Formats: sequence, C-alpha cells, structure tokens
Amino acid sequence: MAQMKYFYELTISSSPHIHSKTTTATIMRDVLIALVPALCGSVYFFGLRALIMVLLSCAGCVFFEWAYRRLLRLDSTVHDGSALVTGALLAFVCPVTLPYWCLLIGDFFAIVVVKQLFGGIGRNFMNPALAARAFLFSWAAYMSSWVVPGFNLTGAWSTADAVTAATPLAAMHQGSLEGVNLLSLFLGNVGGSLGETSALLLLLGAAYLLIRRVISIRIPAAYLLTVAVLTFLFPRGNDRLTWMAAQLCGGGLMLGAFFMATDYVTSPITKWGQVLFGIGCGVITVVIRYFGSYAEGVSYAILVMNACVALLDRVGRPVKFGAPKKEAVSK
Amino acid sequence: MAFAFFGGVHPKGNKQYASGRPVAAFPEPDTLVIPMSQHIGAPCTPLVHKGERVLLGQKIGDGAGLCAPVHASVSGTVKAVEMRPHAGGTTMLSVVIENDHLDAPSPDIQPRTTAQVDALTGEELMAIIREAGIVGMGGATFPTQAKLSSGIGKVDTLIINSSECEPYIVADDRVCRQYPKEVIGGVEILMKILALDHATIAMESNKPQAAICLQNYLAPGSRISILRLPTRYPQGAEKQLIYAVTGRQVPSGGLPAAVGCAVFNVATCKAIYDAVYGGMPLIRRIVTVSGDIAMEPKNLLVPVGTSFNDLLEAVGHSENPYKVLSGGPMMGVAQFDLSVPVTKGTNAVTILGSKNRFLAPTPHCIRCGRCMDVCPMRLQPLQMYRAQRRSDVEEMKRLSLLDCIECGCCAYTCPATIPLVQAFRAGKQQIRSAAPPRK
Repeated sequence: MAQMKYFYELTISSSPHIHSKTTTATIMRDVLIALVPALCGSVYFFGLRALIMVLLSCAGCVFFEWAYRRLLRLDSTVHDGSALVTGALLAFVCPVTLPYWCLLIGDFFAIVVVKQLFGGIGRNFMNPALAARAFLFSWAAYMSSWVVPGFNLTGAWSTADAVTAATPLAAMHQGSLEGVNLLSLFLGNVGGSLGETSALLLLLGAAYLLIRRVISIRIPAAYLLTVAVLTFLFPRGNDRLTWMAAQLCGGGLMLGAFFMATDYVTSPITKWGQVLFGIGCGVITVVIRYFGSYAEGVSYAILVMNACVALLDRVGRPVKFGAPKKEAVSK
Repeated sequence: MAFAFFGGVHPKGNKQYASGRPVAAFPEPDTLVIPMSQHIGAPCTPLVHKGERVLLGQKIGDGAGLCAPVHASVSGTVKAVEMRPHAGGTTMLSVVIENDHLDAPSPDIQPRTTAQVDALTGEELMAIIREAGIVGMGGATFPTQAKLSSGIGKVDTLIINSSECEPYIVADDRVCRQYPKEVIGGVEILMKILALDHATIAMESNKPQAAICLQNYLAPGSRISILRLPTRYPQGAEKQLIYAVTGRQVPSGGLPAAVGCAVFNVATCKAIYDAVYGGMPLIRRIVTVSGDIAMEPKNLLVPVGTSFNDLLEAVGHSENPYKVLSGGPMMGVAQFDLSVPVTKGTNAVTILGSKNRFLAPTPHCIRCGRCMDVCPMRLQPLQMYRAQRRSDVEEMKRLSLLDCIECGCCAYTCPATIPLVQAFRAGKQQIRSAAPPRK
C-alpha cells in the first residue's frame, strides 16, 4: 500500500465540483418576489381579502404537496417553493370574491391532479394554476363575478356586500371601448381577477425576473407582439392604437405572458420553440377574445399551447457545433 | 477579430488567490513516483530496474507507436517498479525513485547555442521534442511530436492556447509572465516545424499582465500576434478556441487538423524551448496549488512524480479538505488517495472545502432549459440525460452524446443540481460498449 501521510475523508464525485448560486428554490423565490408588487396593488384595490386569498392558496398548495408525497412515501418537494408559486398564481387568476372552499378545491386540483399525478415537479404538461382555474369554472357563477375596485371588502369572511360589475374586457368583447379608461386599465384600477388587473405592477415584477434572468424575453415578447399586431390590424374600437393598448393592458394578458406562459415545465426549452409558443399563445388569445363566447382567452390559449410543447421543441432543435453543413468546413 | 462561441458560463474566477504568487521552487521530495503513462497512447516500458541508480533527466521509460518517453525528474536510486495509484483513479505501472538530493544531471542533457538550433531541420526538431517526452500540458497530454508530424502540410493556422479558463488555475498565466522568452522561442520552433509564417497566442482578457509580458518580447511587426478573447468558460476548450480565433467549426468526431488548425498550450511551448535550447526533457512543470480553503495558495515548480500530499503540505489548508482535485473545479478529477503523483498534464491541484457540497439527494428537473443555453457544443443535455436514464443507446447516439466535451457548464448551471456530466460519461461508455467490435 502506498504511504499515506494524512488521512482525510475525501469526497469523490464527477466534475464539475462547483455550482452556480441559482437553484430551483432561488428561482421560485424570485418568482414570488416578482409577484409582490401586483399583490400590493391588489390589496390596495380590493382590500385585505386579496392578501388572505393568496396566503390561503399558498398554504393549501403546500399542504396538498406535502400530504400527497408523504402518503405515497416519496421525497418531500415542499422546500423547493414551487407549490408556493402555484398557490400564489392560482389566487391571482381567481376573482377576489371566490369562496375559500372553492379556492382550496382549486389548490387540490392544481397540486394533486395536474402536478403530482403526472410525477410531480417538472413532469406536468399543463400549467397547474391555469388548469385549476379552468376546472374551477365548474362553479361559473363564483368564477365570473367581478367586484368594483376601491369598494374595499372589509369583511374577510363575507363577500355579500360586494358590488359587482362587468370588466373592461367584457365591454371590449362587445366590440366597444365605451367606459374603458386606458389609464385605469394600465394602473389596475378596474374589475378583474385578483392579481391580473395592474399592467404596471406586473411589468415591474416582470422586469425583476428578466434582470435576474429567471425568464427570457422570448415568450412574453412573441406573445405580446402577436397580440399587438393582430389587434392593431383588426381594431374593433374607436382608433387602432387605443384599441391595441386596451387589449394589451386588459384582462390577464400581462400576468399570462410574463408569469404563466414562461413556466419552465410547460413551455418549450428551445429558442425557436419558445418564439413559436409565444406566437401561438397570442393568436389563440385574440381569436378567443374576438370570436369566443368568453371575454378572456389568455388562460385557454396558454393551456392549448402547453399541449404543443413537445412538438415545438422538435421544431426548434438546435444545430450542434461542428454539424456537417456548408459553411462549417471553410475553404 | 475574435468570434464568440455559443453558450458557456461565468463561474467566479478565484484567480486572485494564486495569480500574484511568483513560481516558487519546491523543496524536492524524498520519494517520487513516476507513472509510465503520462500521455494519451501506449504506455512506456520501464528501462530501469529496482536498485539501479538514475540521473536527473535520464530516460527511464519508452515505447513504440503513439508514446512519449518519461524521464527521471531527480537523481537517486530506483526503489521499486510497481503498480501505484495515479490521479486518473486507477493504478499504473510506475518507477519509484528515492531522491539523493544531488540532482546529478544525465550526460544526455546538452544545451545548444542559437546557431546550433538555427541549423536544425524540422525533422530534427521533432525528434528532440519526442525524446524530451513532451506532451500537451494543458491537460489532454497528447504527444506533441505526433500532433506536429500529422499536422505538417495540413495546418495553416497555429494557435497557442493561453486561455486558462478554469477557476483558480493560473499556472499558464505565470508561465507567460515569468518565462515570456521561452514561450515565444517555443512558438517560433513550432512555426519552423509547421513551416508557417504566423501564429496567434489566444489569451482571455482576465490576464492583462501575461499579455503585456509576452508583448514586450515581440519585436514590432512580429509574426506572432496576441489575440485577446472575452473571459468566459470554456474559452480554452480546443474546439471553442479554434472557433473563437478562426470562425471554423471542428467537425463532429474530427481533429483540429481537419479545419487546418493546430493548438498548443503555452506551457508546452516553454517545454519545447527548454528541450531544444537547454536539452532538458520534460521533468518539471508549474502547478497551481489553490482552492477556497488553501491557506497560502502557490504556484510551484514541481518535479514530475511529487505526491499530492507534499503539495497540500506546502500550501496548508484551513479545514479538512472536502475534495482534492487534480485540475480545476470544472473538469478536475476528485482524488481519494493523496499519494498520487503530479504528472506532465497536472496543471493544478485544487483543494475545496465542504461549502462546495451542492448535490441534491433526489434531483427534479424543472425543464428550465439552462443546460441547453450554456452548452458550448449546442447539444441538448436535458434530452441526453433522459435518454441515458433509460439506457437508450440509439437515442443517445441520435442526440450526439459522444460530442459532449464534459466541460461541466450544464451541471454547473443546473438549478436542480442534476449530475449531468456523470450521466454523460456513463452514457458514452454505454454507447461504446454497445458498438459492434471493430474487425
């Protein structure tokens, strides 16, 4: 045996032996941070119930995730924070008046049915929050009652005193911009889902995600540009620009483009796949908004495109370094 | 003009630990273990027996075919010729020499004057390089003479690699700063052998001192130019470097000569100069001994055969090492037995502390796609990993898993800390063992 001057417990592993600071948990933390401005706006517009909704939804998702994996004796994935993100996003796409029991059913559907039954984090093919929202439309009355902002629901437990009204998007669905104030639409002082109304605050969070390189600009840019171009070319309101701006700021487009369509698990990983994914989302959104019976098309557009991810990734497959092609072999 | 290769990562360089430390002589160890294979190719056959006295620079192993001879790095007595552990993780036939601390030189070491060197032909120069046992010192350890003789006539671009992109390592940086004359002299010898009138020294932008030192030795209008490249890992990988300098892509499975390029490391250039002018075979090399828990990081001029234990003792460490690597943290090989020796390709010994523990017990891919964004070979690590997990050899081949250069960018950047490189190494073995035997 070779002489050993010292004995250390040395660890053997394959290279690399260092790691970047970014982990799944830091990514999820960044997404939660990016949602904070919009949540603050929501509390300002709709009252404390917005905050309670988000906290409850997060708690529900974490509980279902923990319980499911515990029951099936799988390793716990609660610490990665993905259940918190799903919980927050689901609350964001529901009306602030949604009964708490209904929200918890949504949490269960998102975590257990959409995510865990397909194998847990990274395996689901649909965005859990959006799929749960679609499922919650089984209670359509609750899911489509929109309170007037500024009314400030003081009662966290009762929503009986809420005043509801049509959203600007519903007005636009009728093909008119009457009663639509563009500035209010941009700031978020309008009726709509809990966290979707303020384009400004969502953009603030999106900027944070882009700076932290959590998301790339490809999907949101392709998505928003497609909607912008289509609504500019085919206006229904008074003038093209106002119509386009109202379509961009209205409904769940900003939330969808930056926080839902960019979900890693359910979007393409190839660059061209991402661009096509964004364009597809944009086209379907506009088609539903123009011709569908629902006023809003963002969540269905993203869910439909989720199902196309494998195809899009095949289209966008990169050309490897040194692949035989004309310009590779020079001279 | 430089081309930007695709992908890559920016790990913290941590070069400041050792970059300010001039190369220090190393108190020569009492016992040296000299492996018979320190190169890619056929191992050497020992030329000495137990009990025999050897002199510094004496050839102690040689072989036929693709082979680089090995030499005694000190004078002394052969204590054993036996299997010993080496840094690759297995054992290898090695000559164990007990140092007599006299450094009595072999009579074969005969310096040459400039006039004598100028009179040498390319063939003679290559013979000297072969006899001196020179191999690629950046880590690949391909016999230099073999690379030269296969490149003559095919190579139109000579690239000198000074893009030491691994964190912590500054050995090549120190070579440029302290031995610029030898480096430039070595490059001129290479140009003469390859009959080229131009060479490019490719250097990452984080080594300004090295660039200045080399520039000072270049006459105005010199045939050697220095190209500054952006600091990005893996800038020093051969294929990425060739692309950065020429814009040419080495075809999949091909050698640099296929696109008319030959790449040599700066330390190799210095070794060539020492062999041609000083008559000195490759028996010492500069090793950066650094790491986040190294007490006093150093650049040491180390005789080949010195054990890692001796190097660790020379720099000290502030806590018990978690990992000791032969090489840098991105591609280095973790060691379990510190009696392994420094060889011709050992550019660094890196000592890491326990805060570098990062692997999750059960990693879950979140399909973020970062692995694809950073892969400098533009492969699809995520799909390759899934294919490897299923042991699907056909799919691995279709995804060009064999093109992976194991640079580690994907695993470094993976938020789920999936051991991707480990899977790809296993996958390569599966592909090779599944291939029908060659006839």
